[in-house]
Amino acid sequence: MSTSTQVAAGAEAAKQTTGRRKKAPLSEGARAERRLGFLLCAPAVIVMLAVAGYPLVYAIFLSFERYNLELPQDIKFVGFSNYAAVLSSPYWWQALKVTVIITVFSVSISLVLGMLLAMVMHRTIFGRGIVRTAALVPYGIVTVAAAYGWEYAWTPSQGYLSAAFNNSAPLTNEVQAIIVIIIAEIWKTTPFMGLLLLAGLSLVPDDLQRAAMVDGATGWQRFTKITLPLMKPAILVALLFRTLDSFRIFDNIFILTDGANNTGSVSILGYDNLFNALNLGIGSTISILIFICVAIIAFIFIRGFGTAAPGTNTGTR
Amino acid sequence: MAAITTTPRQKAGWGVTNFVVIALALIPVLWMVSLSFKTPAAVLDPSFIPSQWTWGNYDQILSTSQFVRPLINSIGIGIIATLVAVVFASMAAYAIARLRFPGKSVLIGMALLIAMFPQIALVTPMFNIERSLGLFNTWPGLIIPYVAFGLPLGIYTLSAFFREIPWELEKAAKVDGATPFQAFVKVIAPLAAPGMVTTAILVFLACWNDFLFAISFTSTISSRTAPAAMEYFSGSSQFTVPTGPIAAAASFITIPIIVFVLFFQRRIVAGLTSGAVKG
Repeated sequence: MSTSTQVAAGAEAAKQTTGRRKKAPLSEGARAERRLGFLLCAPAVIVMLAVAGYPLVYAIFLSFERYNLELPQDIKFVGFSNYAAVLSSPYWWQALKVTVIITVFSVSISLVLGMLLAMVMHRTIFGRGIVRTAALVPYGIVTVAAAYGWEYAWTPSQGYLSAAFNNSAPLTNEVQAIIVIIIAEIWKTTPFMGLLLLAGLSLVPDDLQRAAMVDGATGWQRFTKITLPLMKPAILVALLFRTLDSFRIFDNIFILTDGANNTGSVSILGYDNLFNALNLGIGSTISILIFICVAIIAFIFIRGFGTAAPGTNTGTR
Repeated sequence: MAAITTTPRQKAGWGVTNFVVIALALIPVLWMVSLSFKTPAAVLDPSFIPSQWTWGNYDQILSTSQFVRPLINSIGIGIIATLVAVVFASMAAYAIARLRFPGKSVLIGMALLIAMFPQIALVTPMFNIERSLGLFNTWPGLIIPYVAFGLPLGIYTLSAFFREIPWELEKAAKVDGATPFQAFVKVIAPLAAPGMVTTAILVFLACWNDFLFAISFTSTISSRTAPAAMEYFSGSSQFTVPTGPIAAAASFITIPIIVFVLFFQRRIVAGLTSGAVKG
């Protein structure tokens, strides 16, 4: 090997290092910081990729296959026919309808009640601690445990609520069962909403309220003209969280009706297709469709309403 | 509404309001507790207060491995998943809050995506993956997904807490010759402990509350958790619905959590609201 090539190689190497230097002048400390950053994030990234990233990709793959656990020898690539099957099935649209109805009603009602709860917690003259403590009870309770409580409360000749409503059996009727499910959801999630909104409410300066009061604004005017606009970011974040959470409703329906009488949500449908029909292909297709729905909801909130995606405020402080 | 002086009438108004809020929050829970103390005959009576009281339902569930074993699983799986998630999340949150490195926004985006993820979308593929890896119906088979879903919650909550820490102390430690790692362990970690406790509580509550993964990735009591186990209770005879035992089990897994939540309520409220509101 001639010296000239060695020199050229050396010059090349030197050029590379200087090139890199020019792009990002990294001191020894900055490089160590960068390495530490990667190291510290590695475990979290690996777990999240392994448990969410890889299965999602695998689900996309499965959704293009005919894959029934009862017929393991009959696994075959079938293109979009699973999607065609699901999207042309009345079960999917019924489940989607139920999910959307439950989401819209439970989120909007719990927003209003959560707002009232936040105001009560913010303004009450005495017993603030007790109210806040009581409000945390539904949040802390296990959803399934609460769902059993609701189920028995609405069971005819056993439950106090059924007895109060003329010994009715609402869980055996589509519309009434959905109302019961919505009530159970609202009861469980309003405290969370209230606490998020309370945090937003405490950011509204009292001086502003007092100034408006001096200027003769009524309570309602102060609420709509001062409180609401200032709380908009907090409200939108709370709404985004609650909407996505409500869209994946499973526990309450599973216990209360198990999807009987057309009360199943999309999550219930996906679960049934996996564990009752043992159909991985269709189950995965439903999973992917639910994922797409959730992505659309998040997109509408973040782009359409300008919801600040949580975490994007990193470093502002 | 925001009056500075209070009249007796306002006071009474707030008293009524507070009472309504407290009643709405507590009645469904009290109903469940009342059911758990009803004898099998009294269960068939819709009155709110048991006509005949008994500890029998608790005796029954606590004397069978059908409940005791799942309870142990719930506690063990919950604690392990929480510890792992909090350690990993603290490391990542520290890096996000303090260090400059490329890909930070990708990490935040990924955590956000998982926080919004519909869990059911993971159940089908994870079920198949866990079966082929031999993780199905084992503790790790639940711990791993719990850690993954605890991480986004942990990363948000902790990075919000970490931003409040007086970082000049870290600089001072570095000036004194500590490496970034030493500065983390010796100076910052003790200051970060309250935030980590809060995060641990929130992650543990999420694990304790989970039902979908618990019924999907388990098949026997060797790894089934308590919320999933109630589905499989049997009545005193095969013709009776196990209402009493289920109510007892539901109360049993709820009451400690409620006490726990009330005990740590300040921390929980701080943690729940830290990540969500822009300051």
